Amino acid sequence: MIARLRYCLCAAPLLFALVVSAAHALTPAELAPLAGDDFEEKSAAIDKLVAMHDPASLAVLNALADNRALAGTSAQVLIQDSDDADHARDAITGKTVAIGDAQPITLNNLLRSKVSGALAGLRLASPDPQARRAAIEALLANADPSMKPLIDSARAKETDPALKRRLDTLWAMTALSDRDAAKRLEAATLVAARRDPDTYLLLRPLVAKQADGSFAEPDARVREAAQKGIDALDSMARESRIAGTIFAGISLGSVLLLAALGLAITYGVIGVINMAHGEFLMIGAYATYLVQNLFQRYAPGAFDWYPLVAVPAAFLAAAAVGIVIERLVIRHLYGRPLETLLTTFGVSLVLMQATRSIFGAQNVQVANPHWMTGGVALFPDLILPYNRLTILAFSLAVIAIAWAVLTRTRLGLFVRAVTQNRNMAACVGIKTALIDSYAFAFGAGIAGLGGCALSQIGNVGPDLGQSYIVDSFMAVVLGGVGQLAGTVLGSFGLGLLAKAIEPFSGPVLAKIAVLVLIVLFIQKRPQGLFALKGRSA
Amino acid sequence: MTSTTTLHSSAGPAPALAGNDAGASAGFALGLPPRRALLPRPAWAALFALVLAIGIGVPFASLVLPASSPFHLSAYVLTLGGKFMCYAIAALALDLVWGYCGILSLGHGLFFALGGYGIGMYLMRSIGHDGVYGSDLPDFMVFLNWHALPWYWHGTQHLAYALALVVVVPALLAWTFGFFAFRSRVQGVYLSIITQALTYAAMLLFYRNETGFGGNNGFTDFKRIAGFSITHPGTRTVLFLLTFATLVLAFIAARAIVLSKLGRVVTAMRDSETRLMFLGYSPLAYKLFIWTLSAVLCAIAGALYVPQVGIVNPSEMSPANSIEMAIWVAVGGRGTLLGPIAGAVAVNGAKSLFTAYFAEYWLFFLGALFVIVPLVMPRGLAGLVETLLARVQGARAGARASTLIEGRSKS
Repeated sequence: MIARLRYCLCAAPLLFALVVSAAHALTPAELAPLAGDDFEEKSAAIDKLVAMHDPASLAVLNALADNRALAGTSAQVLIQDSDDADHARDAITGKTVAIGDAQPITLNNLLRSKVSGALAGLRLASPDPQARRAAIEALLANADPSMKPLIDSARAKETDPALKRRLDTLWAMTALSDRDAAKRLEAATLVAARRDPDTYLLLRPLVAKQADGSFAEPDARVREAAQKGIDALDSMARESRIAGTIFAGISLGSVLLLAALGLAITYGVIGVINMAHGEFLMIGAYATYLVQNLFQRYAPGAFDWYPLVAVPAAFLAAAAVGIVIERLVIRHLYGRPLETLLTTFGVSLVLMQATRSIFGAQNVQVANPHWMTGGVALFPDLILPYNRLTILAFSLAVIAIAWAVLTRTRLGLFVRAVTQNRNMAACVGIKTALIDSYAFAFGAGIAGLGGCALSQIGNVGPDLGQSYIVDSFMAVVLGGVGQLAGTVLGSFGLGLLAKAIEPFSGPVLAKIAVLVLIVLFIQKRPQGLFALKGRSA
Repeated sequence: MTSTTTLHSSAGPAPALAGNDAGASAGFALGLPPRRALLPRPAWAALFALVLAIGIGVPFASLVLPASSPFHLSAYVLTLGGKFMCYAIAALALDLVWGYCGILSLGHGLFFALGGYGIGMYLMRSIGHDGVYGSDLPDFMVFLNWHALPWYWHGTQHLAYALALVVVVPALLAWTFGFFAFRSRVQGVYLSIITQALTYAAMLLFYRNETGFGGNNGFTDFKRIAGFSITHPGTRTVLFLLTFATLVLAFIAARAIVLSKLGRVVTAMRDSETRLMFLGYSPLAYKLFIWTLSAVLCAIAGALYVPQVGIVNPSEMSPANSIEMAIWVAVGGRGTLLGPIAGAVAVNGAKSLFTAYFAEYWLFFLGALFVIVPLVMPRGLAGLVETLLARVQGARAGARASTLIEGRSKS
């Protein structure tokens, strides 16, 4: 008897009276609307099925949920149980019949969620805790007030403490409009304790005022509980926003760092602003694209590990182009920095146009390896993507390598010597021309690494370099020339600054504000944050 | 003052300061060099003949001759010529700061575009009710659902006010920027990069619809200027002649400045700013003057350009555009005045040819120009002509040619 009553309660309140009298076997007339075209009638029929809750109606609901229900020619409902494409079982008689002209029963989204909700509601009473857990989660995602009676009874019976807590929340979500103020208070407290942004919409109406100025919720304690929940959500959203801004800033900074690092090295050593630097990024990105294609074609099984090959390939490709440009062009313009600027701009035009000729003007697709997709959720609405985290780590690794090369190797020693005083370095026997070549190739190679990283988060096209080049110039100017620490600080500072201003003014004005700030900053410190110490500076 | 100007003659053997009979050799000589004529007499004659030929020939060919005549100037040719002359003025302006003052500006496209936008505001207002929406406001404002003109649009229906804007706004911007940049002695490549950042920032700003200058599309669809239909051949001819007159005046003015004492100080600043400061000059005012003048000249070029091509949009401010200006000057030969004019015409002529016949190779060609010109002919076309002249006429005549083409820079 109790079981019967519980099953009856699962119906929507409107149908309650009907449900009690309708505790009987399934009739063809009740199923007929399902085979029809009217969604309203289908909805009513589904409500009836839910209310009956006998094995036959459950089977129909399950079939509806799995798209196994067919409408026969004489408005009977057939259920496909097996893979047999020609035969199905009649939902009422249980006889196997030929499918013939029977058509699948179509549901709209509303009905589909109604069916799945109803099934979940019915499963709340399942003896299997796993099934109950799944049912609770399903209902939490899509809580339907008509499920309240089912949830009420399940809550009274539940013994598993973990499930009981989830069920409490679920119950609270449906009990917010209960007639009993104490229950509403309990519900509001429980909902507020969830700290889930999705519950904002549930709490908001509790503290809202009606048109006449009175509160929609008459009980002050309920309002207070709801307000507490809203405040907690607000503060969580604020924290999430701040964390998001910081992460976006650091992420942008790491990208800028990869772009600016090579620029800082070449500028430091050769004293040349390389306008073609952005194109080395592009070359690195296209090298990654080629490696990716090779893996796709010849080693699809190892596709996840293509970055291991792409990283050195990007470095070498950019460095090779860099060394050619240095030998052919830049070498002959030493001592004429302004003309070098123009010349390297010409080189960048040629490289871009050559890329367009070879790969086409359209962007090419570079896929993330599997382990770089997805992300960790720091807050419910803040997900840190793995690819950006990887690039952050990658850029830190690159800066560590660059630092090690510059301070721990003989080449680095020579590079630093030439940076500080070219003539003196030449006097003590350093082949400065050779060092220039190596330094330029090294800087270009690092830009290639940057391009490899950029290919994982953005579009790869002939214009790739252009979008980063002005910002990376600014990072170098801000940080000071030839200084690793300055470049790191300049890049991250610029990234954070840009992202911090962005919410207030939009991305474009943020960019302009940053440029203006840099121009003003140079007033105070023309040599950047970190000036080279020594007579040559 | 007297001693400072002559000290220069020790700077190098190449350009003798005085005229044909350059007395000051590599030694040390006191006293001012003789004042040079603005232009040699044959040059005046040639210029006068050119002005006469253009002033009479162009209106005749475009307005009197029938369209069937082979000598008829079509609207296309007229516009193309006007465009090239605007570029030439801009190149001249850039050459004043780069060739004579050593400041490579990668932001002159900004001043060019500002001049264009200044006159563009007037042209938009003078469309009146003939726009698509037939409203008091320019079409793009109706489109954005604005109901009143922004404050900076007030008064732009008057041509004189718009012309004042063309001059004043770029001048103010250039002066302010220059004041801060030059005061903290930002030089060389740094300065170039900052000017580039400036124009880049302005481009981003003008791309926004909220800025009130038509966003992406900028201004276009002009109908009339000063009451005359903008597409009428007569109007086009007048604009062409105006541009030509501006170019001639700008050339003469630039020549006068370059030859003046001020010009000499500026050139000295290019060659060694530190030395000049030790001699007691403060470079700030000189630099600011040349810089602001150059910006205004460039803006005037822009203001002449827009009515002729009929459109102005933020892409004019793109950094690439400004760098292209630098290549006009480099190709022509910087530190000369005729050079940049020739360079602007030559490069843009090549651009028109390439985009018409083999468009995809244009960027290769332009890139090659950027690479080859500084490597192979660092003194540009002017240097080439000079060398050829020297070869043809022998050493003595060569010296004369080098004085015609004013002091070249070394960097």
